Amino acid sequence: MKHFKRHMLLMKLALVLGFFAPLAASAQTDVDAIMMDKNNFCVGGIYSHSGWKNYWEGTLKRNNENLGTVTTQAISVNGNYGINKHLNVLFGLPYISTKASAGTLHGMKGVQDLSLWVKWQGIQKDFGKSTLSLFVLGGVSTPMSNYTPDFQPLSIGLGSTNLSARIMADYWVNNFFVTGSATYTYRDNINIDRTSYYTTELHNTNEVEMPNVASFNLRTGWRSHYLIAEAVATNMTTLGGFDIRRNDMPFPSNKMNATTVGANLKYTPRAMSGLSIIGGGNYTVAGRNMGQSTTIYGGLFYVLDFNKKHATNSAATKK
Amino acid sequence: MRKTLYTLLIVLTGSLIIYTSCKKTVEGRTDNVPALNPASVDLDAGTWKTVLLSRPDSFLVAAPALINVPGYIGELNEIKGLQHNLSDQQISDIKYWAAGSVLRWNETMRELVAKHNLPPYQNEDGTYPIPSSANPFAYPEFPFSNPPYAARAYAYISAAQYDALVACWHYKKLYNRAAPYKVDSTINANAIYINKTDLPSYPSDAAVLAGVTADLMKLFFPTEIGAVEAKAANAKESTIASGACTRSDWAAGEALGRQIASVFAARGRTDNTGKAVGTQTQWDSLATAAIGKGEIPWISLETPKRNPMLPFFGNVKSLLIDSTSMASLLPGPPPSTNSDQMKKETEEVLSYVKNPSRDDIELVHFWADGAGTYTPPGHWNAIASEDFIVQNFSEVRWARNMSLLNIAMMDAAIICWKTKYFYFNPRPSQMNPEIKTTTGVPNFPSYISGHSTFSGAAATILSHILPARADAYNKMADDASKSRLVGGLHYRSDIEVGMDVGKKTGNYAVQRAQTDGAE
Repeated sequence: MKHFKRHMLLMKLALVLGFFAPLAASAQTDVDAIMMDKNNFCVGGIYSHSGWKNYWEGTLKRNNENLGTVTTQAISVNGNYGINKHLNVLFGLPYISTKASAGTLHGMKGVQDLSLWVKWQGIQKDFGKSTLSLFVLGGVSTPMSNYTPDFQPLSIGLGSTNLSARIMADYWVNNFFVTGSATYTYRDNINIDRTSYYTTELHNTNEVEMPNVASFNLRTGWRSHYLIAEAVATNMTTLGGFDIRRNDMPFPSNKMNATTVGANLKYTPRAMSGLSIIGGGNYTVAGRNMGQSTTIYGGLFYVLDFNKKHATNSAATKK
Repeated sequence: MRKTLYTLLIVLTGSLIIYTSCKKTVEGRTDNVPALNPASVDLDAGTWKTVLLSRPDSFLVAAPALINVPGYIGELNEIKGLQHNLSDQQISDIKYWAAGSVLRWNETMRELVAKHNLPPYQNEDGTYPIPSSANPFAYPEFPFSNPPYAARAYAYISAAQYDALVACWHYKKLYNRAAPYKVDSTINANAIYINKTDLPSYPSDAAVLAGVTADLMKLFFPTEIGAVEAKAANAKESTIASGACTRSDWAAGEALGRQIASVFAARGRTDNTGKAVGTQTQWDSLATAAIGKGEIPWISLETPKRNPMLPFFGNVKSLLIDSTSMASLLPGPPPSTNSDQMKKETEEVLSYVKNPSRDDIELVHFWADGAGTYTPPGHWNAIASEDFIVQNFSEVRWARNMSLLNIAMMDAAIICWKTKYFYFNPRPSQMNPEIKTTTGVPNFPSYISGHSTFSGAAATILSHILPARADAYNKMADDASKSRLVGGLHYRSDIEVGMDVGKKTGNYAVQRAQTDGAE
């Protein structure tokens, strides 16, 4: 059984973290090289906790005593289904709550964006002890509730419907691996509750043009059947947008950039190989119009095997 | 097979992205307003009652040259030359101004207010720097165009535009020089982006507006001098190229506008705004006075504590209401901070913010008009403008109506600020820190609500101007007012009394409207 369990995590949890959290915050899922076997469905949940005290107002790093520490917590349900071992479909849907430790501003909470990805392993070449794979992914995400994106940094998301295209390469040798990917995300315009807003000029409309986003992800470490341990670096760059003005509040179409570094672990108990436990964290090392967040997360996943030749619960039969 | 699929997927995704990315440009609601087409040119507007100008001919405008002299014929040829080869940008600029100069300058005003409406960041020692008009480019740039500052700026500029156009109309009728498109058939044929009326073109109304507005904007927003003059120059080039006026029409109008600006500038220097910030000692005495009355005094909810916003703006001289009448508008006190009533009202605020619904948040955010926006008076300017566009008012009637609206809102600002600092009443979040707000808490006392006062005044005068919209305006005012209770910013007393005071203030503008000769 060579399938590795798939879990979702963030990319969306990223957007999740709304304004100040980095896109592509963490490991596994639509940014990793793991594929589910045919008719296998991996499903589970993730809890994440992210907070920042300092943020970049444009390029100026500062804190804000009227916000204190801004915390975002998320619980998400995520899944990955193997249409076949080279073509997977993934989804994720988080519930998010935010709060500020100081000042008078009210926290926000609610169901955020549903994300769907199709992941296709287009090329897989074995060279004896090593394997090179190339993937192509397409994703869409869209808000599942009518939350306001215009209460940054406490909004639970940015409110845009996004289309993403990603190419990814993975090289694996003797359980060591390196995976790199590049993503282009088209973001549709959003509507806000007010009829006018100022960016670098006054706009007399409630529609906001959302700049697109490019992101890069590099991960490397150990990947075996029962254990994955990896270091991850992510960069996201907003292609357009504007800087927060001096002492202004952030806005959804700001130029939000972030570089994060982090580590992830995934453990699958030998006694119960349908189950996996994941955890990890990351830290924003550089940014623009973003919070310098520290994020930790953990989750549990289970693989359901819908192949007829297996019993209804493959994990149970393996005991 | 695999390769084909691979290629296909890339092509599909790629084309989807290219397709969708072409459709993002956002259009503003007034970007493509048609050319102003006044139902009446209001030829007799030169007799309408002015605000500060003592007479419509206080400033002399010399008689124009005859239209058959070489100089004038040269001016007509200049227009033909411009019209001969208009670029797309020039056509777009002509259309922009053709929608109406009062509208476009009002939008520019709102943009400047929004741009400069940011509270200064604190000093190292926890105090706050105060913007200085003497050194406007240094941080924090002058001005911080907060609601009272903005209300006064809108009022001065609107009232000055109105007075300037009354003077303009006086001379238009007096000299009765026909517009270039009436004089010359080639210009007439080329003047396709404007509506042609029988209104005389000397002095040019667009020029009067450019002159009076630019000169006052530079006073209210001194760092914008370059942008404002560039805008005035664009108005000039566009209006001449449109065929609406000649260079001499423009020159006479612009000079008249700039002279009338000086009257309002002089008033602005002596209307007590310069003393509105106050000093630490004065701020402390406000708290002492509240304590002396046995009340809990307002304190800033910001960290570090920010000095109160323009605490002596209540002493600013109105453009319309005399000081005795203004004093009579001061409402009675709010419920005592120790009273059961206050406790009850604080609990009511808490009940709204405990679990705000999405509709509540939408209401609050729609009317928030907080930092970084054009403020509540700006919002009412936007509402009025978009309603006026379809009314086919002449420029002078546009200016008169905007002037009444903005004078009423400046008066609302004056009486509201007077009340706020007279009673120095704490915000709900000060009385109960559990009250978290769904938009920022303004840095000034609670009683009475500024949004309610502004909106009551605005709805009252706008209902008089457009009676068919009265229900809509009153509903908007109620929404704006209620949004402050729902958002956790104000008690019920603040919004109810604020609305009442606002309506009473607006009535002065209504009385003025009934007697200014325009109705």
